[in-house]
Amino acid sequence: MAATVAQTAGSEKNMLLRAELRRSERWGKLRAFALVLPLLLFLVITFVFPIGRMLFNAVHDDTLLTLMPRTTAALAAWDGNDLPGEQVFAALAKDLRDTWEQKTMGSVAVRMNYELPGTGSQFTSSARKASTLLTGPYKAALIQIDPLWERKEVWNFFKRGASPFTAYYLLRSVDYQYGADSQIVATPPETAIFRDAFLRTFGISVGVTAATFLLGFPVAYLLATLSPKSSNLLMILIVLPFWTSMLVRTVAWVVLLQQNGVVNQALVGLHIISHPADLIFTRFATIVAMTQIQLPVTLLPIYSVMKTIPPSHIRAARSLGAGSFYAFWRVYFPQTLPGIAAGCLLTFILCLGYYLTPALVGGPSDQMVGYFIANYTNKQINWGLASALSALLLVATLLLYYVFNKLVDVNRLKIG
Amino acid sequence: MSTLVYASTIEKGWYWLHRIISGTVLLFLVAPVLMVIPLSFNSVPFFTYPMSGFSFRWYEEFLLSARWQGGLQNSFFVAVAATLLSSVLGTLAALGLSRPNFPWRTAVLGIVISPMIVPTIITAVAVYFFYANVGLVNSYTGVILAHTAIAAPYVVVTVSATLVGLDNSLVRAASGLGAPSITVFFKVILPLISPGMIAGSLFAFVASFDEVVIALFVAGPQQRTLPLVMFSGIREQISPTIIAAAAVLVLFATAMLTAVELLRRRSERLRGIRGT
Repeated sequence: MAATVAQTAGSEKNMLLRAELRRSERWGKLRAFALVLPLLLFLVITFVFPIGRMLFNAVHDDTLLTLMPRTTAALAAWDGNDLPGEQVFAALAKDLRDTWEQKTMGSVAVRMNYELPGTGSQFTSSARKASTLLTGPYKAALIQIDPLWERKEVWNFFKRGASPFTAYYLLRSVDYQYGADSQIVATPPETAIFRDAFLRTFGISVGVTAATFLLGFPVAYLLATLSPKSSNLLMILIVLPFWTSMLVRTVAWVVLLQQNGVVNQALVGLHIISHPADLIFTRFATIVAMTQIQLPVTLLPIYSVMKTIPPSHIRAARSLGAGSFYAFWRVYFPQTLPGIAAGCLLTFILCLGYYLTPALVGGPSDQMVGYFIANYTNKQINWGLASALSALLLVATLLLYYVFNKLVDVNRLKIG
Repeated sequence: MSTLVYASTIEKGWYWLHRIISGTVLLFLVAPVLMVIPLSFNSVPFFTYPMSGFSFRWYEEFLLSARWQGGLQNSFFVAVAATLLSSVLGTLAALGLSRPNFPWRTAVLGIVISPMIVPTIITAVAVYFFYANVGLVNSYTGVILAHTAIAAPYVVVTVSATLVGLDNSLVRAASGLGAPSITVFFKVILPLISPGMIAGSLFAFVASFDEVVIALFVAGPQQRTLPLVMFSGIREQISPTIIAAAAVLVLFATAMLTAVELLRRRSERLRGIRGT
């Protein structure tokens, strides 16, 4: 009896202790979280939110909905076949007058020009003329003002504007667009540039990744097999450029590859070519410069995996009768694969996002997706399209990064 | 070399071929910058060897012209501010993340590291769109905040690496002897992680000092940083002053990284002494 009481008291004490412990653990967690919170909040506001908003803007555009509210609403009942009725035209006339008075016709015109090039100015002049059009019937009058209002694709464009969301920018960034009946059609070849840009980005990235691998592998092998003293010395040669800013390294290539630069001078001096070649602003220059910049990124993971491979494996293979090439290829090389995968994937991911180097050493036909994003942001001013291109690039990057993370984790399991 | 004694001629050939290839690749890696920097001492604005004479005129232009000086000052101001902000935020976050059983660690770490992963051009454009709405385009605040965001992960990663080696019994001993946690932090933890913190802030400084793409979108004429002046210089016409500026950046980065390396060795040595 007494023992039971003591036991109960003990377990009660235990429970109290456990509760205490849990509380202090919760406190600890809370304190740890409080330490991270400032940075987390900072990044959410200054980084995650802007990116999220940009992704949202890739599919969201309520220009027509807010600036042409009556027209887009009246078109909801339109069947999309014949011209809309008088009631829709009346709504349009009111909206046109509003945009004229509030000076918002410019925004609508810009939006129209994205999807129906050249119609923007027709819209603006319609708005100007419609501002004096106070009584109906509007249909005939508006069509007389501008034949624009007879075109079915224009009406379908406004009908699509009833939704604040649009797939136009995403479609456009893979060279599709809306046809006259809101069906999805391929962009005409003269403006279909984005699939090429993505393919080019992919191609350049593959090329650079392959080049860094081919150049980096022998060096990594050398570093891994040399004595620590000499390999540390050589390591400086790799780490120093790695930490020199990308701009400086790009500038170096710009200077070297000039028409009358060092490389041309050397090539002419060695009688390899008779006249200075166009080296800068070419695909060749882009790939060479990017390869030089990315080389350490591919090399270092390969090197760090090679360091973990015991040299005794090769010796064992050799003593069992394998030739030196066979031993290398069948015993050593397979063990370096995790490092190769990590290094190459990392370089590939980073290459996809290149902007600076192709912009400075590449020509107009060597520009990657990053260039188009920049171009549509501050030159062509089509933020929706810039957002859609960024969204596609970002998704590709994050997916590949996810794969990378899985791979590296697998590596750790294998090595550890 | 001892292995070579038993090697066949073909193997010896491979051995030397491998060395020659590796040497060429290493040359390819370091030569561009090393070959270009001497051209900043050329007395005439040509980019070929042999140089026609030695002169400091491009460095003079770099140090005396308002354009370059403005860039240098802006870069220092932005980088120092971004470093201070990111070091404080990053160190606190690293301390929190290193606690055992940190809740939602993967998700939080993902967000904290994400500025390193997202391509800079995407960050730049997204931040530009955001700033355009809140009126931060063409402002120092805007550039500093954006640079802090991309520099902070470097601090978190570097300080976290130091914290992995931190002997927690030292912290417990201090607490057990009655030190309040604030004293423990300043007297025990901070001195132990200070090499990591300094290294992290140097990385953050370099990250901001070298950054050009975000500045390209966010900075106005008043905030033009040194890399931005270089960038627009190349687009107009390449001049040896740009190489002089590049040389200064290289010198700077090298000095910073030497400092980081020395700090790393020092902290390893300290830990070695404490370990025994």
